[in-house]
Amino acid sequence: MLFQLIQSTLPGKEKPGFDNLYFFVKKKQGVQTERRVIVVVGGTKIVVRGGKLVAVGICIPVEVISSLQNPNSLTVEIPNSDPIHQIRPMVAAKMEKSAADLPASPGLSSVLKSLKLKTKQQELLIRVSVLFLVYVLAFITRLFSILRYESMIHEFDPYFNYRVTQFLTQNGFYEFWNWFDYESWYPLGRIVGGTLYPGLMVTAAFIFWTLRFLRFAVHIREVCVLTAPFFAANTTIVAYFFGKELWDSGAGLVAAVLIAICPGYISRSVAGSYDNEGVAIFALLLTFYLFVKAVNTGSLAWALASAFGYFYMVSAWGGYVFIINLIPLYVLVLLITGRYSMRLYVAYNCMYVLGMLLAMQIRFVGFQHVQSGEHMAAMGVFFLIQFLPSHQYSRPTISRFYVVIIKAILTSSYLVQVFNFLDWVKYLLDDPKKFHTFLRFTVTSAVGLGAVALGVGTASGYISPWTGRFYSLLDPTYAKDHIPIIASVSEHQPTAWSSFMFDFHILLFLFPAGLYFCFKRLSDATIFIVMYGLTSMYFAGVMVRLILVATPAVCLISAIAVSATVKNLTQLVRSKSKPAPAGSSKGASNTKASSKGSLEQSMPFGRNGAIALLLGALYLLSRYVIHCTWVTSEAYSSPSIVLAARGAHGQRVIFDDYREAYFWLRQNTPPEAKVMSWWDYGYQITAMGNRTVIVDNNTWNNTHIATVGRAMSSYEDEAYEIIKSLDVDYVLVVFGGVTGYSSDDINKFLWMVRIGGGVFPVIKEPDYLVNGEYRVDKGGAPKMLNCLMYKLCYYRFGELTTEYGKPPGYDRARGVEIGNKDIKLEHLEEAFTTSNWIVRIYKVKPPNNRW
Amino acid sequence: MAAAIFSLFIFVVALLIGTSSASSSGLQILQAERQIELTSHIVRVYLTLKIENTEDAPATEVLLAFPPTQFDHLALVKAAVTVGKKRKKSYVPLEAKPTERPDAPNGTKYHSVSLLKPLAKGETTNLEILYILTQSLEPFPEEIAQSDPQLVYYHDSAIILSPYHIAHQATMIKTPSNNVESFTQVDPAHRSGSELRYGPYEGHGPYSYSPIIVHFENNHPFAVVEELEREIEISHWGSVQVTESYKLAHAGAKHKGAFSRVEYQSRPGGSGVSSFKHLLAVLPPRVHSVYYRDEIGNISTSRLRTNSKKTELLIEPRYPLFGGWKATFLIGYGVPLKDFLFESAPGARYLNYTFGCSIADTVVDKLTIKVVLPEGSKDPSVEVPFAVKQSLEKKYSYLDVIGRTVVVLEKRNVVPEHHVPFQVHYKFNPLFMLAEPLMLASTFFLLFAASVVYLHIDLSIRKKC
Repeated sequence: MLFQLIQSTLPGKEKPGFDNLYFFVKKKQGVQTERRVIVVVGGTKIVVRGGKLVAVGICIPVEVISSLQNPNSLTVEIPNSDPIHQIRPMVAAKMEKSAADLPASPGLSSVLKSLKLKTKQQELLIRVSVLFLVYVLAFITRLFSILRYESMIHEFDPYFNYRVTQFLTQNGFYEFWNWFDYESWYPLGRIVGGTLYPGLMVTAAFIFWTLRFLRFAVHIREVCVLTAPFFAANTTIVAYFFGKELWDSGAGLVAAVLIAICPGYISRSVAGSYDNEGVAIFALLLTFYLFVKAVNTGSLAWALASAFGYFYMVSAWGGYVFIINLIPLYVLVLLITGRYSMRLYVAYNCMYVLGMLLAMQIRFVGFQHVQSGEHMAAMGVFFLIQFLPSHQYSRPTISRFYVVIIKAILTSSYLVQVFNFLDWVKYLLDDPKKFHTFLRFTVTSAVGLGAVALGVGTASGYISPWTGRFYSLLDPTYAKDHIPIIASVSEHQPTAWSSFMFDFHILLFLFPAGLYFCFKRLSDATIFIVMYGLTSMYFAGVMVRLILVATPAVCLISAIAVSATVKNLTQLVRSKSKPAPAGSSKGASNTKASSKGSLEQSMPFGRNGAIALLLGALYLLSRYVIHCTWVTSEAYSSPSIVLAARGAHGQRVIFDDYREAYFWLRQNTPPEAKVMSWWDYGYQITAMGNRTVIVDNNTWNNTHIATVGRAMSSYEDEAYEIIKSLDVDYVLVVFGGVTGYSSDDINKFLWMVRIGGGVFPVIKEPDYLVNGEYRVDKGGAPKMLNCLMYKLCYYRFGELTTEYGKPPGYDRARGVEIGNKDIKLEHLEEAFTTSNWIVRIYKVKPPNNRW
Repeated sequence: MAAAIFSLFIFVVALLIGTSSASSSGLQILQAERQIELTSHIVRVYLTLKIENTEDAPATEVLLAFPPTQFDHLALVKAAVTVGKKRKKSYVPLEAKPTERPDAPNGTKYHSVSLLKPLAKGETTNLEILYILTQSLEPFPEEIAQSDPQLVYYHDSAIILSPYHIAHQATMIKTPSNNVESFTQVDPAHRSGSELRYGPYEGHGPYSYSPIIVHFENNHPFAVVEELEREIEISHWGSVQVTESYKLAHAGAKHKGAFSRVEYQSRPGGSGVSSFKHLLAVLPPRVHSVYYRDEIGNISTSRLRTNSKKTELLIEPRYPLFGGWKATFLIGYGVPLKDFLFESAPGARYLNYTFGCSIADTVVDKLTIKVVLPEGSKDPSVEVPFAVKQSLEKKYSYLDVIGRTVVVLEKRNVVPEHHVPFQVHYKFNPLFMLAEPLMLASTFFLLFAASVVYLHIDLSIRKKC
């Protein structure tokens, strides 16, 4: 007995829509079959394709049943397996039991059974322990930065998140939601509670409170530092279940291992990178997994769970837009390929409606689900599937109670009328032709109406157009031409091939192989992962940071490739070692293996070849592990606050200038001082320096940033006017000329000019260039050599000898001798310069006394 | 002639201060020698007094008088009596405590030194007194630029303030360098090199006072710890964990104008002479897991030197401290329990640890010591050789249920001379040590038991087939 009946309903219900015969058959453990299941219903053969290997939903339309002589007797035929089983829907369970005992004699079967239980337990044990090890591995491989440096928050944005989390844990939720931050965007301020995705901070605060409740006297910083690795470890568990859902538990395990160490994911989830992505990838994968599970089972519970997963994702990261566009696209594809089912209907409706309502609870997202252009696809698909003729698809799997719930949910939207209306009309029009005509008319008019509504909405401004970031995803050149502030961020650049190779390594080659396997065994779930993989790969190509979104898909698809290949190869190897297949059940199940075995007989070296291939795969995978570890330790584990270099004698030299400067600001400036710097350092100054900044990394006000850019690129006296108008007390610049640190403000200066010039036409980029070249040496443009940024960076630098054998004032970051060594400052004075000159802070002098 | 006028002047001063009622005691100081050390920012005054009782009633205590401004900055008064002659001279410490006198003129404050044995009529005794003043050097000019040296004022009296008649006295003032801008002339007074000598003065009545100002260069780092909180956590599992959180400030002349890194780097001796870059913390021997950090992370500029006698931690704040600049940081370390915890009686233990601040040569304005006793300890009591403010607190650390008792000791104006051992006694039942491991073990046991039960129980309504 290969299949067991899970659920069935009988025909003969009065209510329309409940008259189809519908049941699931579930594959037994370890049974290998083809995709096709042939169901023989009273002599009529129905070939059922697709569905899932594990569980096949079989739906027999009422027309067929009514034509049967004996509707209670069904035969299920499975290709490549000898027995043709009969299932009587009502008494199937009993029949099955006797059928299961049939093949072997009672004594032998009991022995076999106990043995089987043992192997099953063993397998469970192995699986659980592997999963546990992967869990631990995913966590500890992200701790390199703690060992190399210290337990600290990395980069820029995490500092803001850390500061917000501190605020949340100190002041509680209510204060957090109402927090108006005076320390940023002076003099505008920022409504923090309403302009962020709170998921990460709330999660960390929740973990913190839980630990505190359990009397673990941890510091909030430790919680924040370890949040990302913790969630990365959780992601491996989700990946396992996702892989299991897509393919089998083997693929799940491989997926868990691959994602645990994949550099593409590690780059955003090492200890200390306390950023939204850390939890968002977990939420993303969880939502997808739950949705696929919901589609596979048609269960409301899973759909509900996926709605909550979506809610968590929305609360955590703006990348939720990817989900809300991918899922409707997926539904559309299933619709077009004729795989639309009631399961999909249940899953999508529940997920969309509930997910949307939940997402509206996040203040930053608000009504975007009904108002913004980016979310319209989901709504359109939602409308569309309400209009689909319901008689082709049966609903009876879900009990009436659930139907009532669904309708109640849908009542909350105005669409229930349509939903009920169709049934009602169909009930009235007994002629199917009339009904079809009616349907065609309504669908066409509804689509037309929707299009008109969308047009009107967009035109009237009720539905907002797509945002710049969204545009730049669809058209990679858009940002470059229109929004310099997006283009100026390095992680928004198009991805180079090398970084694909760097982040995915062999997965890049396994990905197409996995796609091949997926296409070979198409199901609702594999279609999903294929779509997820392809779309996210496209986005990863557009923007470097979106490699992160593609990573789970790439890992899962590659896992399918690895798992399927290794499985086939091991079967090939093992089938030779065991000349005669053990039992009948084994023989029946290892259909693939036996077919491979027959294939192998034609190839004498097949087994050796398989061994060689296995070894090759092993070698490749081990290279992957080595590569991942190397990348993690070398490239992704530096906090970027503390810079490390090798000294002349090979010892480690640490440049801790950022913290030196921020701490100086924190301790030695008046608490109400305002600091002007380029926006990159805004979050760090507020979090570490605890001082008010003019602009920060939340680049919501382009004009404000442009004003700072303009001040930096003007002459000192002009800049002084701007600085005074902004009420600035200190100006902070980052300068790498002494240490050779290349991502300093002089190298970012072109963007300041561009962004400043974008708003204030007095700043013209050509003024700063010589023959289209950007130089700081003697050949530099005069405006360049006298603008505020140049002066602040190179003030008194001309007196300093940076490198032996070079003239004083030799800029090591750019490798030139600077062009203007005699810099006098009139309105500003040097307040502090860090020991390696990386951060320089200037105090704005009060205006001169007039007499 | 001049001496006569001078003594008349002194007499007038004495009258002005109004001493007639205060000199009721029959003590007389035959000879007084005072040495004032101004080499660092802590002022140490050594006073040698030869006292004679002229009245019939035996004297049991000697009063030391301080002007109110000095009294507020008084960190410590130590007194000792010299016993024996020449070669076999030894010092026996005496108790000195602040006292109030109802008839004190002009708000004069006192410390009274109790003598070993009452001084009968005609007997003399030799007292050695050390008192320490903090924050008594006033920078002038108050703000200096990076290249300027730091000049300070010191205010005192050329004549020792005393409720007794002083027959013969002299004062020596030691400055850190020869650079003395000015000093008040009270004849005879002269300077040779870094030494200023006032006196000898003869026969001054009680409460004589003659204000002087010394203006001199002092580039000694004025490191002042504004607040120090030391938390000493005892774990009976073998370690004492100490966490010290410092609020450090440069209390010298305020930095004015620009800070130029070029000058600071290229002329180490000539620029920022009064600033300081590093401090030395002396830790107990056999320390382990030392850390040095602040609110925003680890400070990588520190060096640890260990030997069997002591551990030295050379710490560098993130930036050099100029006048008025501040830095906060944290030093933490663990020391073996057996070095500091002793058993006094069965079930009773005491911690013997050093009071004061680890950083050498600093003044602590406000020192709080928190001794966190293990969970379940009872009857804490403290033995400190000087007056401190005591209170009790509760603290919840890892896996605490009832909380740990914390003994809080507070003292203001702490100088290096306060680095003396103090003891905290408490009662502790060693069974309490096992509470937390047992709790953890039972949690894990319950967890596993629950999972076993879960795996063996079938909660589904429908029978699985």
